Amino acid sequence: MAPRQSRAEPISDLADYSPFSGSLLTFDQTARRYGECGDVVAVAGVDCAIDAGSFVAMVGASGSGKSTLLKMVNALVVPSSGRVLLAGEDVTDLKPARLRRRIGYVFQGIGLFPHFSVAENIAVGPRLAGEKLAPERIAELLSLVELDPELSTRMPDELSGGQRQRVGVARALAGEPELLLMDEPFGALDPITRDALGEKVRELHESLGLTTVMVTHDMAEALLLADRVLVMDAGDLVADLTPAELLAGDGGEIAQGLVAVPREQAEKLAAMERRC
Amino acid sequence: MDGFWGNMLGLGDKLAAHVVLAASAIGLGIIVALPLAVWASRSPTVSRLALGFASLVQTIPALALLALFFPILLSLRAVFGEDLPTLGFLPALLALALYALLPILRNAVTAQANLDPGILEAADGVGMTSWQKLTLVEAPLSAPFIMAGIRTASVWTIGAATLSTTIGQPSLGDPIFAGLQTQNWALVLAGCVASAGLALITDMLLGVIERGLAARKRVQYGGGMLAVALGIAVALLVQVERHDDNQIVIGSKQFSEQLILARLIGARLEQAGYSVDYRDGLGSAVVHSAVANSSIDISVDYTGTVWTNEMKRTDQIGRDEMFEQIKAWDLRENGIRVLGRLGFENAYAFAMREDRAAELGVATLEDLVPVARQLAVGGDPEFFERPEWIAVREAYGMRFGQQRNFSPTFMYNALKSGEADVISAYTSDGRIAADRLVVLEDPREALPFYDAMLMLSPRIANDPALVAALEPLIGAIKVEDMRAANYAVDREDDGKLTPEAAAAQLAKTIGL
Repeated sequence: MAPRQSRAEPISDLADYSPFSGSLLTFDQTARRYGECGDVVAVAGVDCAIDAGSFVAMVGASGSGKSTLLKMVNALVVPSSGRVLLAGEDVTDLKPARLRRRIGYVFQGIGLFPHFSVAENIAVGPRLAGEKLAPERIAELLSLVELDPELSTRMPDELSGGQRQRVGVARALAGEPELLLMDEPFGALDPITRDALGEKVRELHESLGLTTVMVTHDMAEALLLADRVLVMDAGDLVADLTPAELLAGDGGEIAQGLVAVPREQAEKLAAMERRC
Repeated sequence: MDGFWGNMLGLGDKLAAHVVLAASAIGLGIIVALPLAVWASRSPTVSRLALGFASLVQTIPALALLALFFPILLSLRAVFGEDLPTLGFLPALLALALYALLPILRNAVTAQANLDPGILEAADGVGMTSWQKLTLVEAPLSAPFIMAGIRTASVWTIGAATLSTTIGQPSLGDPIFAGLQTQNWALVLAGCVASAGLALITDMLLGVIERGLAARKRVQYGGGMLAVALGIAVALLVQVERHDDNQIVIGSKQFSEQLILARLIGARLEQAGYSVDYRDGLGSAVVHSAVANSSIDISVDYTGTVWTNEMKRTDQIGRDEMFEQIKAWDLRENGIRVLGRLGFENAYAFAMREDRAAELGVATLEDLVPVARQLAVGGDPEFFERPEWIAVREAYGMRFGQQRNFSPTFMYNALKSGEADVISAYTSDGRIAADRLVVLEDPREALPFYDAMLMLSPRIANDPALVAALEPLIGAIKVEDMRAANYAVDREDDGKLTPEAAAAQLAKTIGL
């Protein structure tokens, strides 16, 4: 594999992307600034194209802008300049509600509706579009995330944290989305649950042929699950590489700083094992 | 306790009117508060303004808020026409709805502000429009908190609704105000127990709904709502059945004489085949206007009151001349027919205990001036704002050491206990003789005449049968007879009579 540049090429010629040349999701000078004079920069102007079928992780420290960048995809945050294109269309030109029904969204807060049963939570997206989800489909979605279909009549507060996030994933998949967005999806879970659910999501990504973008602050998670890692720092996209390239030492100082943490942990654990 | 239970059983109409009024006010409060709360949750400015306004309203005493709607509605007649009611149901509804606003609004705004941001993000994330988000997520999750606000508002409104009696809206305040005037504690207690009981039952039912909403038990909150709806429906039904266009409504102000005369008039009209209803305990300022717009049909008013308060006259003229001018003016300006004078005067006067007056050597208002600075004067709540008091103050240069307000009934007790040295008394008051009080003379004639007059609203002014039934009362009541009747109601021993009984006795005395 040829070494890639640590920084994506700026998209200078938009003709290359019209209607869209294979990429499902395109960031085009996408920026988000806050404050009266726009002096607080969350995302500085990101250029990046994500192909259909890829599993992309966005990694960075808190405040690096990764989450803001993700939320500009489903218009929870509107870019202050630049564009986000979904299948060639500027997302701000679409009705937000309709756009979001095309995108599965899983986030750390989980956000199950406490007054809806598990089944009602899973069926909420299609319901909004005027469709009724058959009980068989709900059972199928539950078994996709390895939950007992019997749980469908339970209320969210009767579930464990891990079960809840599985329902959250099932809800995101219910509308057969073109794109799955995940914002720190496993952040609130214990390590074992987190590992199992991460692998499950990767498996579903393969079997359902999804395009997945996951935000995480955990480089190990990104390296293990994704096939492409975007590293954000202070609003800039500073690295865009495969896990193999990152492990080989590419991507610059900031990316390697993030890779160093799990690597050193692994080395220390290996050393301890040898001493035993 | 027989009196208490008898009174309780007689409260059906008032209870129904109370329920309809309170339910309407809370309903209106909800209709205004909920959209306002949604708007406030989208805009911090609206939130600040709405909550600020509702809190400001809450600081106005309920009694004043109710009374304020009279001039407000009166001025709104310029926009809505002369048919806009200024007394009774409408002002009571508006004032109480304003009062109900704060707890509902505050709870709704707080509930919205405290919704889990994760759930709101999820609502957006799954593709809800803002309307779907409101109806599917925000409203059901806020419902138990909003219900708690409605509960608080209901208890307040049911309590405050008793005050709507003063602006001519029947309510459970009627027995309370009437009982306070006549020191009929069984009646006061009956009114209080009924309104407190209503508040408790409402609170309990709304509590069932609130807990049902919180636990998402449809049977529980549905059942609670059904029970509330049923209660309101029964009250409405009672109200509708009672409604009768040909009924003659007799108004009375907040003192015993007015209650007795209202019953005397009512009894004569019933004998003549009319159906009669009473609006007791009206504020003195609203009675005249209420007759003018036929909100009430008959009242007893006093020449001095109409002269100074309605005609805004400050000059003193002869007694008969004054009456003739009032009669002509009221017919011309308001369409009120002044049927005639009843024969006695209930003038403002200053009274002292006989022993205290002798000790200070006071027999006239002039004698009072040099010692007034060491004395406390007691007046009914409106007295110190009235032109009569101002006239006396100006004419004599009267300055008292202390000024205190009492309800008319308690004024005499204050005099007895020494909390007041001088009180504003009424010449027809039975307690003047009974309490051995002296009425101070008014050598400079600062106080106007207060001949009692029978006032008929434009609606019934030319009903010959009604006029025929009432004409025997004209010139028939001597001040001694009125004093005796007043004393019979005001006394606190075994001789105490209800206004109805005193009216019957008065009728016998004057030979009717």
